Amino acid sequence: MNIHEYQGKEIFRKYGVSTPRGIPAFSVDEAVEAARTLGGSVWVVKAQIHAGGRGKGGGVKVAKSIDDVRVEATKMLGMTLVTHQTGPAGRVVRRLLVEEGADIKKELYVALVVDRVLQRVVLMASSEGGMDIEEVAAKTPEKIHRVPIDPVGGLADAQADDVAQKIGIPAELVAPARELFKSLYRVFDECDCSLVEVNPMIVTGDARVVALDAKLNFDSNALFRHPDVVAMRDLDEEDPAEVEASKFDLSYISLDGDIGCLVNGAGLAMATMDTIKLYGGNPANFLDVGGGATAEKVTEAFKIMLKNPNLKAILVNIFGGIMKCDVIASGVVAAAKQVSLKVPLVVRLEGTNVDLGKKILADSGLPIISASNMGDAAEKVVAAAKSK
Amino acid sequence: MSILIDKNTRVLTQGITGKTGQFHTRMCRDYANGKNCFVAGVTPGKGGQDFEGIPIFNTVADAKAKTGATVSVIYVPPPFAAAAIDEAVEADLDLVICITEGIPVRDMIRTRYKMRGRKTILLGPNCPGAITPEEIKIGIMPGHIHRKGRIGVVSRSGTLTYEAVGQLTALGLGQSSAVGTGGDPVNGLKHIDVLKMFNDDPGTDAVIMIGEIGGSDEETAARWVKANMKKPVVGFIAGVTAPPGKRMGHAGAIISGGKGTAQEKLAVMEECGIRVTRNPAEMGKLLKSVL
Repeated sequence: MNIHEYQGKEIFRKYGVSTPRGIPAFSVDEAVEAARTLGGSVWVVKAQIHAGGRGKGGGVKVAKSIDDVRVEATKMLGMTLVTHQTGPAGRVVRRLLVEEGADIKKELYVALVVDRVLQRVVLMASSEGGMDIEEVAAKTPEKIHRVPIDPVGGLADAQADDVAQKIGIPAELVAPARELFKSLYRVFDECDCSLVEVNPMIVTGDARVVALDAKLNFDSNALFRHPDVVAMRDLDEEDPAEVEASKFDLSYISLDGDIGCLVNGAGLAMATMDTIKLYGGNPANFLDVGGGATAEKVTEAFKIMLKNPNLKAILVNIFGGIMKCDVIASGVVAAAKQVSLKVPLVVRLEGTNVDLGKKILADSGLPIISASNMGDAAEKVVAAAKSK
Repeated sequence: MSILIDKNTRVLTQGITGKTGQFHTRMCRDYANGKNCFVAGVTPGKGGQDFEGIPIFNTVADAKAKTGATVSVIYVPPPFAAAAIDEAVEADLDLVICITEGIPVRDMIRTRYKMRGRKTILLGPNCPGAITPEEIKIGIMPGHIHRKGRIGVVSRSGTLTYEAVGQLTALGLGQSSAVGTGGDPVNGLKHIDVLKMFNDDPGTDAVIMIGEIGGSDEETAARWVKANMKKPVVGFIAGVTAPPGKRMGHAGAIISGGKGTAQEKLAVMEECGIRVTRNPAEMGKLLKSVL
């Protein structure tokens, strides 16, 4: 789960990570009011969307007067912001963050991530702040420093100091940088984050170390112990189909093709998409109905897939293990009838009670195209989609 | 022959009284030698009771002492599952197979940290388990699709393992063991560990290795295969069409920072002499072609 920058900074402040003063705004008037409340003579108006690269897309603007704040806020609210992370469709800006201007002397990069090989949280830092870190990693990997953190002892002072020096923090600011790193790790650890990224972390003209940005992602498996984080979820930032699917405990991801897939198991669901592509088609979605799918879940899955206006055909691929093929077949038949299916449906069933399952499909009177294996199924569904 | 488990393995089930634990314990007990293998259950507070004749104990240590079980399978709900692994590790079991999906990464980091220097091996979490066909099944895979034989199967995914096993069985190729390492980012046995076991197992002639997007386990395993493996390995990687930055069902199946793509994994595997297919319907055929 992701949250907005302003929400991330609220969490940062609770943990003693210094950030610029700022106020979120949901309307132009609120933005102007926020600037007045903050005072000063320079403000930054920042679009709040769950994607990086906002600056290049016109989502971060400096304002030197209250009128400027009004102008920028008016332009930004409601605009569709396209960045390298949003995809070509972009995201509509619905929230802003108005901050006091910062006197930036140096831009640095700091992040915490889970290293799967080390099985530790790793502090990553670089002198190359304000840039796309993937680019830094590709071009100058020696400028990225990585420190694995002991899960019991936490980030050690010596480790923090060493990293601070390596990324060019001036000697007199190593102590506050150390505290900032340690606080960021506490945020990561105590909030069950999967990513904490500060890009840039800055050294200011008045010699402070400040988190100018805040990107926080959370481990969805741990949300049960963080109701305060769940309350920050912004459904406007999520795909409505994915939100709807999650209500039924279905794992769904929208893609840009036209062949819907309904599969049991994540690995098989990915493999099904790959096979469709291999046979010249394009999957419209990833959908894992899980091991214990009921007729009701299958029906809901069909409804979600059918909301996609691009959909030209559906492939159901089930390897019934614990889940019996006859149960799935009944679910498919019930769903197809309930939603009055108008696109071709190819079904491949394998595993427990497969013959009974196939009989249920054949006896249903529905124009279901039966397939004998994954390759056959993909070939048939691609042909069906092309003939539509 | 086989790896990890065989008909002489004695198993205790942690979380035996939950709905999932009950269902799968029954299925496992009814498979091959399961009646002799599944000797104990553990549910705190229910010690002294039994589940359809299988005695229940309050602790793993107690169950191990009274029944001689050396392997545990865990169906405990996610908030408590890491602690269940810890308990099995502290009781010095040989192998812990954690089926539970949805354990927080933070918990697993701590559990893996505590496992350093201990004898216990962990399989999973978020895995289908392991099976040695016609001897013992520990986990949630459908037993009936398997046949005893000489092909090893290792995979992160459950249903994709079944797909491979189903194809092998249909081609008349039985399996020595089939092992699911699980879909989580922080876990126990990885492809490389299981491949080493298959390499050392005189009952295994060749291996199907199935991977998916996310992490670098497949690349690490492939490099090891190139330098050490004495038996043919064929492979498939799921997720060629997966978009970056999206979690594809499994917590660990995500392309992040441009890393962990299927293309990258397939390229490394091919470089290392592993025959790969882009068509998951042909995993069995490919394996047969290298025998």
